[in-house]
Amino acid sequence: MSVPHLSCLRFGKSYRSFNESEVKDYRDGSVKATLSQVNAGVIRRDLREIHRAKEALSKFSTRELIDISANAGKIFLNESLPLGADGHQQSAQEYLETLSSTSGLPHIMVQRNMDKIHYALTHIELILNGLTRGIDLSILDQGYGEQAGAPVCFYPTTEALGLVMPSNSPAVNSLWLPAIALKIPVIMKPGREEPWTPYRLMQAFIAAGCPKEAFGFYPTDHEGAGDILKHCGRALIFGDKSTTDLYAGDPGVQVHGPGFSKIIIGDDEIENWEKHLDVMVASISDNGGRSCVNASAVIVPKYAKEIADALGKRLGPLKPLPVDDPNAVLSGFANPQMGEWINQTLETDFAKKGAIDATAPYRDGSRLVKAEGGTYLRPTIAYCESMEHVLSNREFLCPYASVVEVKQNEMLRSIGPTLVVTAITNDQQFKNQLLSSSNVERLNIGSISTMKISWDQPHEGNMFEFLYKRRSIGMAA
Amino acid sequence: MANDEIVKNAADELDAHVSEMIKWHFSPETGCPFWLDWAKQNWNPIEEVKNFEDLCQKFPNFQDEWLRDLPNDVWVPNAYKGRPFNIFETGGTTGMPKQRIGWDDFRIDYTAFSETLSDDHFPRDDYWMMVGPTGPRRLRLAIEHLANARGCSCYFVDLDPRWVKRLIAGKQFDQARAYMDHVIDQALTILKHRSVSALFTTPKLLEALAERKDLVKAGIKGVFCGGTTMDKQYARFLVEEVCEGGEIGFVPTYGNTLMGLARHHPFGPENDFSIAYYAPQPRAALRVVNPDTNKTVDYDTWGRVELTTLTKEFFMPRFLERDEALRKKPWEQAPWDGVAEVRPFGAMEKNIVEGVY
Repeated sequence: MSVPHLSCLRFGKSYRSFNESEVKDYRDGSVKATLSQVNAGVIRRDLREIHRAKEALSKFSTRELIDISANAGKIFLNESLPLGADGHQQSAQEYLETLSSTSGLPHIMVQRNMDKIHYALTHIELILNGLTRGIDLSILDQGYGEQAGAPVCFYPTTEALGLVMPSNSPAVNSLWLPAIALKIPVIMKPGREEPWTPYRLMQAFIAAGCPKEAFGFYPTDHEGAGDILKHCGRALIFGDKSTTDLYAGDPGVQVHGPGFSKIIIGDDEIENWEKHLDVMVASISDNGGRSCVNASAVIVPKYAKEIADALGKRLGPLKPLPVDDPNAVLSGFANPQMGEWINQTLETDFAKKGAIDATAPYRDGSRLVKAEGGTYLRPTIAYCESMEHVLSNREFLCPYASVVEVKQNEMLRSIGPTLVVTAITNDQQFKNQLLSSSNVERLNIGSISTMKISWDQPHEGNMFEFLYKRRSIGMAA
Repeated sequence: MANDEIVKNAADELDAHVSEMIKWHFSPETGCPFWLDWAKQNWNPIEEVKNFEDLCQKFPNFQDEWLRDLPNDVWVPNAYKGRPFNIFETGGTTGMPKQRIGWDDFRIDYTAFSETLSDDHFPRDDYWMMVGPTGPRRLRLAIEHLANARGCSCYFVDLDPRWVKRLIAGKQFDQARAYMDHVIDQALTILKHRSVSALFTTPKLLEALAERKDLVKAGIKGVFCGGTTMDKQYARFLVEEVCEGGEIGFVPTYGNTLMGLARHHPFGPENDFSIAYYAPQPRAALRVVNPDTNKTVDYDTWGRVELTTLTKEFFMPRFLERDEALRKKPWEQAPWDGVAEVRPFGAMEKNIVEGVY
């Protein structure tokens, strides 16, 4: 069978470019699909007509779009869907295996990501309820109404949501899913190595009855990505710090970079640290350590060496397993150079005084390994003497965390901007300080994995508030 | 495709022209000081070069530093001595640009080229506008002459590519964008207040103009376009979308100050929008070569573009362009080798700054 080709989607319609890129198996480099690469002018041209996409979605009520989303979720999880315009179909199992083969994610992790996306799509009403703080959804259809006895009026801030997607984890796509029910078309540059999930999601939406005009799928270059961010009015970008810093001050661009998520343990619970080891391990290593909600630091008032050693003992022996092994924890690198770069960075930083690789004694070999046909990084726990050490607040695309001793009254100041904090404490005063902290996006109080997120509470920007604004309204009786 | 007979006739014509030009440039009464000195220090081309094959085998590659480092006078053929010349420049983003001197070549080249344009898309007696690098470039006078040769005049909006390249090399993308907007603003002002039916511009500027104005409604009927790379996808986009599927005639060209300009073979969906160019032989000849072996590559294979210019004003044998291309077979309207899908040499291995122009 020929290699599938994923065309660009312009208002949902396939457009095959003469320029193509290849999506390759992370192990043997075999080509799994080719991808149409379009010039930025194509995107700019389509954005001039984007009102067509908005109008197509506006013909549906929010309720109808919620139902379509739920159907799309079921189709995404279970059904065969078109893969390109040449007649290829992709079953859910084929999607899982292909995505695994190009991303390096073991099957079990792809399945978990699929389940997350399915959950999000089948619970869009719950998510919208959380995002809108419970407004009657008919208000979105007519533009105004009443909430808690007060008149409210909302208007869309944009005609399209721009997306410059990453390749690291399929579940990040769940962030844009509510946009469809909110009647905002999506214009996307997929990640170079992960076109599978957004393409399948768009096909699932279309199969469920969503107007195809709502979807723009544009594999493109830097200029094209820049134009999506610049011309969409509202856009999300994912990337490392150097990428996201470029857009940090732009109110139209929501930046999703490293999370620097952390576990902190209060004075009152530190003597019980061993009880919380499972939560620490899960927070650091679930999803291959690839998520921004993975913990990348454990901040404690004492026993940092002991905790680092215990984590090293648990995580150090972990090795790559076959992709279809249900116990697989580590993900291969789609780009082996990324693994090599991380390993080199860690080696260089460990050479600086004040940090110890707590996993090394338990690892029986090097961190960077070639196994199962691919390149892997085995977990790394860094004991750091202080938050001054460069490794104390780093994030890598693998199971990595530092363990650092910091006095409780200095913890909140020292952690810096943090996406998720799991704070293990019963100290009411410390809890109050945590609740009033401004540098934490999501706060778990108690022994909860940093990976656990609530779909009805946005942990990284509120999509409704990003796509809609409230205005004052008066209407003659 | 051209038949064997017309290909042979064209080759014979080129050989005869080579012989004539060699005699011209290496005879003391007509040649220029540079080539006369060169012959004294090396060998006598009049004796050894009788045809194009001899030229390709015996001359070394022309060194473009000669055009940068030597005074202009060394290039004045004795036959033109005492007649003031134009000085045209190319390059020069940093340091001294390369300069070619000339008298009538641009008029001869562009008068001939005018005959390849259709009157439907480039109506005679109607105004042109050039939006692109003017300044010290041959192109500026050439386009004006083209408009004149077709019975009318040309408006000009300048873009300084040296400045754009510096901005982009310095990652000052906002400044580059602002400069391009400034250029487009000026072009739109002309289009608003004057009647123009033909444009010469670069691909990027054409795209930017079309984003700001409906060019069909503005009265544009034809676009003559060159200056930077157009791969198949980009050519298709320009034809299908920017020029609205043929509403506006799109005429791409490949050329520079050293060559003149090459016309294009018709292209479209039937050949996947692959643009092939054919030099104005015998006044200039293009080969696609492996520079290490000095042999032409096979047809439809990538190689380095090599230009030989053969006019009475300027002799430039075997200059290796900074471009690579696919070698294409002769075509009945230009029965000699063509170059297709031209792109900067090494474009697949590294990023090349081509700029917004």
